[in-house]
Formats: sequence, C-alpha cells, structure tokens
Amino acid sequence: MSKYSFIGTEAPRPDAPEKVAGKAVYIQDLVRPGMIYGKIRYSEYAHARIKHIDTTKAEKLPGVNAVITGYDTPEIRIGFIKDNFALKKGKVRQYRDEVAAVAATDPDIAEEAAELIRVEYEEIPGVFSPENALKADAPLVHEEDMRGRPKTDNLVPVPWKFTAGDVEKARQEAAYIAEDHFETPMVQQSCMGTAGCIAEFDLQNNLLIHTKTQIPFLAQNDFNKALVAMGLKGKNTRVVIPTLGGSFGTGLDTHGYEYIAILLAYKTGKPVKIVLNREEEFSFQSPRQSSKTHIIQGCDKDGKLTFRDVRMTLDNGAYTSWGATTPSVMMLPISSIYRVPNIFYETRIVYTNNNYCQAMRGYGNPQAAWALESNLDQLAETAGIDPYELRMINRNIPDDITEMGLMISSCGMKECLEAVADKLDWKEKRRRRPAARGQESEESSESKARGVGMASLFHVGGSGRVYRSDGTGIIMKLDDFGNVGVITGGVEMGQGFDSALVLASAEALGVTPDRVTIISGDTVICPWDVGTHASRGAFTSCNAAIMAAEKVREKLFRMASEHFIPRIQFKLKQRKKKEPALNHTELEIQNIGYVKCEPSDFDMRKNRIFLKEKPDDPFLSLSLEEVLREAHYKEQGTMIVAEAFYDPCNEMLNAKTCRGNLSAAYIFGVQGAEVEVDTETGKVKILQFAAAHDVGRVINQQTIRGQIYGGIFQGVGYALCEEYKTEKGKNLNPNFLDYKILSAPDADFPIHIELIETNDEAGPFGAKGVGEPGLVPTAPAIANAIYDAVGVRIRDLPITPEKVMAAIQKKSGK
Amino acid sequence: MLISFCLNGELKKLNISPNRRVTDLLREDFGLTGTKEGCGTGECGACTILADGEPRLSCLMLAAQLEGKKIVTIEGLSDGQKLHPVQQAFIDYGAVQCGFCSPGMILSAAAFLRQTPEPSRDQIRESISGNLCRCTGYQKIVDALEAAAKIMQEE
Ligand code: FES
Ligand code: FES
Repeated sequence: MSKYSFIGTEAPRPDAPEKVAGKAVYIQDLVRPGMIYGKIRYSEYAHARIKHIDTTKAEKLPGVNAVITGYDTPEIRIGFIKDNFALKKGKVRQYRDEVAAVAATDPDIAEEAAELIRVEYEEIPGVFSPENALKADAPLVHEEDMRGRPKTDNLVPVPWKFTAGDVEKARQEAAYIAEDHFETPMVQQSCMGTAGCIAEFDLQNNLLIHTKTQIPFLAQNDFNKALVAMGLKGKNTRVVIPTLGGSFGTGLDTHGYEYIAILLAYKTGKPVKIVLNREEEFSFQSPRQSSKTHIIQGCDKDGKLTFRDVRMTLDNGAYTSWGATTPSVMMLPISSIYRVPNIFYETRIVYTNNNYCQAMRGYGNPQAAWALESNLDQLAETAGIDPYELRMINRNIPDDITEMGLMISSCGMKECLEAVADKLDWKEKRRRRPAARGQESEESSESKARGVGMASLFHVGGSGRVYRSDGTGIIMKLDDFGNVGVITGGVEMGQGFDSALVLASAEALGVTPDRVTIISGDTVICPWDVGTHASRGAFTSCNAAIMAAEKVREKLFRMASEHFIPRIQFKLKQRKKKEPALNHTELEIQNIGYVKCEPSDFDMRKNRIFLKEKPDDPFLSLSLEEVLREAHYKEQGTMIVAEAFYDPCNEMLNAKTCRGNLSAAYIFGVQGAEVEVDTETGKVKILQFAAAHDVGRVINQQTIRGQIYGGIFQGVGYALCEEYKTEKGKNLNPNFLDYKILSAPDADFPIHIELIETNDEAGPFGAKGVGEPGLVPTAPAIANAIYDAVGVRIRDLPITPEKVMAAIQKKSGK
Repeated sequence: MLISFCLNGELKKLNISPNRRVTDLLREDFGLTGTKEGCGTGECGACTILADGEPRLSCLMLAAQLEGKKIVTIEGLSDGQKLHPVQQAFIDYGAVQCGFCSPGMILSAAAFLRQTPEPSRDQIRESISGNLCRCTGYQKIVDALEAAAKIMQEE
C-alpha cells in the first residue's frame, strides 16, 4: 500500500464541475460594466512602407469611441528583444502587423470601422524563408537593431551554440555514421478558446487587465513598462486570468492586441474587450517555428554513440518572441539524450517576413526530437543494430552528469524502453517484418505493410531556469472550518495544475482534498511566480505547497500544544455526563503525563489532529476546525496563514558555454507505434501506440494520463497532418477545415500508457514535470515505424499520404 | 420579428432581428455563456445546442430558425442540481481539461446516447466527430461516454 493518502490516486479535477455545467467564465464570457469592443486593422502586405493612414471615415461611424494608429499613440516596444511595436509606424514586416485599431459600442460596428480605415502602402520585396533571408542581397526585415544601429543581415541576435569534445576527430574514428536533413513546418497551437483580453483603468489610472496568459507576473511587468511609455509612470497593473480555453505556450509572451486594448481603454476611459475570432487566431497569432536541421551521428563498432553534430535554422518571422529561446531547451536532448561524448550544436534564428513565431508545448523539443530520433534509426540501420538495442546501449542512466552539465538524478529510460518494446511485442514484430532491411515482408498483403518504430524523449522535469528566478510562491490560509485556501502564482490552463496542487496540499498538510480550494490568476492576491511553462507548474508549486504546509503544521501544532488537552478533557467530561458508564483508561488525563504536550507530539491526517503516540485512540484526537476555533475565538487569538517561496536548485545556462544544470530533474520517455502503410495510397494508419514515461511519481492518475493522451494526440497531428501553410507570408489555412487538427474518429487506435515511477529526490513526493513531453517523440516514433513497414524515410513533417506515396514510388523506381 | 420558443424548459417570446445568430442571442441576450464559440463557421462544434433533441451548431443558426423549437443549452441539460449522466461521467473519467469544448461535446453526446443506448466505441467517436478538442486526445471522453451510456440505460 502507498504511504500516501491522496498522492497517486485517481481524483476528479476541482475545475471540472463548473466546466461541464457551462459555468466556467472564459475571456469570451466575461463582461465588465460599460464595456466596449476593440478591433484591430492588420497589414495588407508582408513587407511594405506605410505611406498614409486615413481614419476619418472610421471616426465618423456612429458608435465608434476611438480610432488609434502608431502615429497618434505613444510608442510601446514589445517582445523578447523589444524589436516589435504595439502599433506599427513607418513599415510593416508581416501580415500580422497591427496598423490601426478602433473601439466601438458593439463588435459589429468595431469591425465595420476597422474596415473603413484606409492605409496606403508601398510594397517592398520580402523574404519568406531563412535561406533567402540569409542571401547577401536579401531585403532587410529590420534595417536597425533595437538600439538604432544599422543591421546588415537578417540574423536574430540570439545565437545558440554548444560544443563538447572533438567532433571532427570522433567523426573520423567512428565505425558508423548517419547523416541527413530533417524539416518541420510551422504549426499552430489551436487553443479551442481564442485569445482575448479586457483592459480598463481606474480613476487613479491604474490598469486592470483580464487576459489569457500563462505569465501573470511577467505580463504585469510588461504592462507596467507600457504604462511608463504612456506617461503613466508609477502606475500599476493588476493582471487577472479568467478560465483559459487552452494555452500551449501562446500565453508565454504579451501580445499586440493586449497593448492595443490598453491604449484604447486609456483613450476612451472605458473597459475595452478584444477577443480574436478563429481566423484572427490563426492569421495573427504566433505558430511554432519551422525548423531545418542537418544532423550527423556516429557510433563505434559496438554501437556506442561517439559524436553528434546538429546544425539548425529556425524561421523567426518578423519579430522576436520568447520563442527565440527554444534552442536552450532543444540543446538538452541534442547534448544529452543518450550518452554522447562529442557534440557540436548550433542554431541560427532568422528574420523573415512571415508571421512571427512563438513557443508551443515542447519548447523546441519536438523539432529536435524529430531529427535526433529519425537519424538514430538511420544510424542503427547503418550499424546493423536493432534500433531498440542501439537506444538501450546508449541510454541515459541515473546519477550521471552530461556534457552540458545536466545533473541527471532519477532516470527511468531503461524501464521506458523495455515497457514500450514489451507492449509492442518489438522483437517478434521486428523479426517477422524485415522490410526496412530490403527484404520483402512476410505478412504484408499486396498493398498493406506493417511496421513498428520507437523514439525517446529527454526534457526538463524539474522546471527550467530560463529567467534569473525560477521561483514560485504559495500562501496557505486556514479558515475557522478547517478549509484551506491555497493561493498560488501558477496558472491552470487545462493541464490539471489545480488538481495536482489540491492533492499535494492535502497530502502535505494532512487534510482531505475537499477542504482545499485553489486561488490563482490575480497579481494583487497571488504570490509571485515566474510563469507556468517548461512543465514546471506542478513541480514547483507542489514543492512550495509542501514547504508552506510544513509551516502551517508547525503553527497548528503549537496551537494544539496549548489547546488540545484542555479541549479533550472538556469533551470527555461532557461525554461522561451523558454516558456515566463510559470508561477509558485515558480518561484521567492528568494522571498519564499528557498535561502539557509539545508541538512535536502531534500529527494531523485527514483533518484530524492527534497524538503521534496514540494515533488510533478515538478519544485523543480533535478535528482541525476545533483547534482552529480555539485559536481564533479568544482574546489575543491568532490565525493560520503561511507562505513559502520555492526556487529549485537549478542553474541558468552560462551565456558563453551554454553549460549549466538548467533543471532540477529530467524527464525521460519512450513512445512506440505500430503502423500500417497502404502502399497504393500512401495512407498511414496507426494500429497501436505505446508510451512509457518516467514521471517521477504520479500525483493524480487521472490528470497525468489526460496530459499524456492529449500530448500524444497533438504529436500525432504534428506527425501526420498539421501544417500552418503560407504563401509569401500570408496564412492560407486560417480555419479548422483547412488546418486539420485530429477529431475523435482519428483516435481509433489503442494507446497503452505506462507510468514509470523513479521518485526523484527534488520532486514533490518524487514527481517530475509532465506537461509537455507527451508530444515530443511521437512524430519520429511514427516515422520510424513507417520506415520499418515500407522502407521509406520521410524527412519533412507532416507525413502526408502524398509524401509517402512519392517516396514509395521513388524507392521502387530505383 | 416576434419569435417564440422553449429555452431550457421556459417559454420565451421576444422581438428580435431574424438575422441574429443564435450563439449571440443565447450568450448575449440570455447570458447563457455555456454555449461557446470556437470558430463561428461550423467547424468546431463548441457552439452545439439541442433543438428538438437534435444537436445543432448555433453559430450557423439564425434567430428565426428557433421559432417553435425546444432548445436546450448546457445550462439546461442538468435537471436542477443533479448533473446529466454525461456531465457526471465527464467529471468522473477526467474527460475535461480546458473545458472549452466540453459543453458542445456533452450536448452532442447526450443526444446521441439517448438514441443509441448501447453504442460501440466507434459509434461514440463518430457521434462527436464534429466536436473538436485540442486538449484530451479524446480517449477519456470516449471512456466517459461508454460509462455514461451504461448509467443512462440503468436509469
Ligand atoms: S463555433 Fe459553431 S462550430 Fe465552431
Ligand atoms: S478540453 Fe480543451 S478543447 Fe477539449
């Protein structure tokens, strides 16, 4: 039996009832008194000079409260390196560029007014791929850098490079080498709830903004800077987060529409709501970067990896978001998945006139895993080693320090590999279907071929110090009735954060989960947190909760040492009056040495405070609320509130060497697929899928599986169908008809999930972060299975039937 | 124009522009914001309501089409305090993550299960094929609906 009462159980989510009843309030549903509606006018060109903006017609439309442009509002710089502006002046660099905006009494009027704005442009040539953008005579997306110095190329000044050992030497000495190019497309987060906010000012010009974000406190900082730019120095922002309809990384930056709502609210003196429609969400929000990777890996004659050389180019789009730091996370698997001594890694991020990109779940890792894990299978084939064996030979191990300085503590990679191989009946299936090795498959019918493939993942599992602080605060507050308010800086966006925090708080405190209420998403009320990203929410907040719970228990037991015995005696006397026959050896408490108890004599479990020495004595325990009321309802009483700030023991990467223990723990996983490829149509059908994830410890069986299922499905979409298509910078598929995300009938194959518990010492109850990894290795696992089935290697996602068909034809033509 | 229809068990008569979208009417005029808008163009199913027991996309319906109909939104699906078995199963089986798709998904499924008491998993998946969910991967939704089907049969 588990030593825990609630950790590891299958518990329903605290936010589920409101959501299924249609009562949860998303930004779409929120109404503020006197609210009006904002609408943004976006660019009509990917790259053009703005000659003139005429807003007169829009201003005259009845119902319009305000029209603003970059020319009549203060300049607000935004973005990771402040190369973007809330409203554009001079030139536009992408279709997403915000040129003007209106506020009106009704959304239809706002839309009509936005269309009435006339903008004259002079189009200039654009660049739409990193290769073209890097040509010597390429037009410059930014003529100047943030400091106004002239720019001479389209490189984003955020280079990433990591080297270890001697790759050149290792390459010459390697017994086997595999080299190839891999590509991934832009894809869109596709939150079902689109982005939006409501901005308003109080009479002192402080800002209140309800907005869809994952970083309330960093957003507060961003918005306060905007207030300074608006001449409101010293004023403050309160960020409040409504229920989020998904986020998947979209909320890691502040966005143009938020600043525009702020400008409109300030100008009109009214709350201004801007909610994007689906087309705007696709066309004018930030997708995951596309990537192009050149990779070489080599091993010795026994299959031991000797070197890895990875050179990557990312399409940044026109401006720089926090997405430009995704290579810091890519670097983790590139340097450290499997044990490799010699490594070269470099990423260039390139400005283009495409819509600027942003982080998405996995933070660069899906792009890295696509190249790493596809190429590893190529190496396995060259070396004549089974891909599973090659992974096993080189697997990560516990208590290891990687070349990048990542200190691996717990590591269940071996167990994950075994679990997936077992579920897929790997050995048997690989033996029966040697198609990939150039022979005809034994069991394939004329037009259908089956294969199995696997891929591994390595990701941060103990937060990631991308900012100087990696901290999070918790406040725990107990009321008279023994209810616990847990006030957190973290954000529930659907992933199950609240549920993990409820269970961890209940377990650590010794109360039942129904006593715990999570309060989050308000920068005035909640303690500081760096943001809900990097799969860190549960890891950091549950750790903070354990610390706060310790303090609460200390205070409680101090109270108990004062009130417990008198209260017990009082109750026993009362009871004895009613039941004169009652007899109990402990009744004469004075005689048994408990007259005065020490705080350390107590424990609490499931809302009852008792003496550690007599845990089962029905007479010697009090309910939590009894003790609390004793403490509250007296002269000079006290109340119980505790706070804790948890900052994990991890490091920022050294700016020069890119070394450092970025995360306090690392998460491993292996996914495998069995597929059937129709050789006449190129269609890939997944027959079964297996995922084994080293999660440290399961906090809630229900939500953790939900995260992994959901991740796998996003991964399957990334593998087989999702692609954010553009032509000369314009999004061509801004709707769910043309941008296919998987629907329920696509989920027609069994998914086996195996949760490996390695009990990490840094994790709360041993748990590691699990939010992102579900989608990381999915695409290469599928691609490797396709290769096993039909012997063709698809190098660019998504793996459409057309690509598979073309590859099959090319292969058989040879 | 004057229209009358039954909304969550109450008769409603109102004067309304016949071109008003039903999603807006429900959300803005009646404050029934459980009906979500995920796309506004009939692709996601978040705006699903029941019209005479059939799932319909309210973002594609105009007010005039409500005339004489029995409309049920997510707010009207439960009977007073007690949740509908599909809603309860969504909670019990972890079929909810961000929850934005849940109201529409639940209504589509509730209508389907009323007509198909013993559905296969394939039929269940087909019944919610018009309701997109980005978070869950549908596994737990299908689990929940299998369980709800059993409970509805027992009731
Ligand atoms: S909002 Fe009606 S189908 Fe998407
Ligand atoms: S739960 Fe988020 S879209 Fe379905």
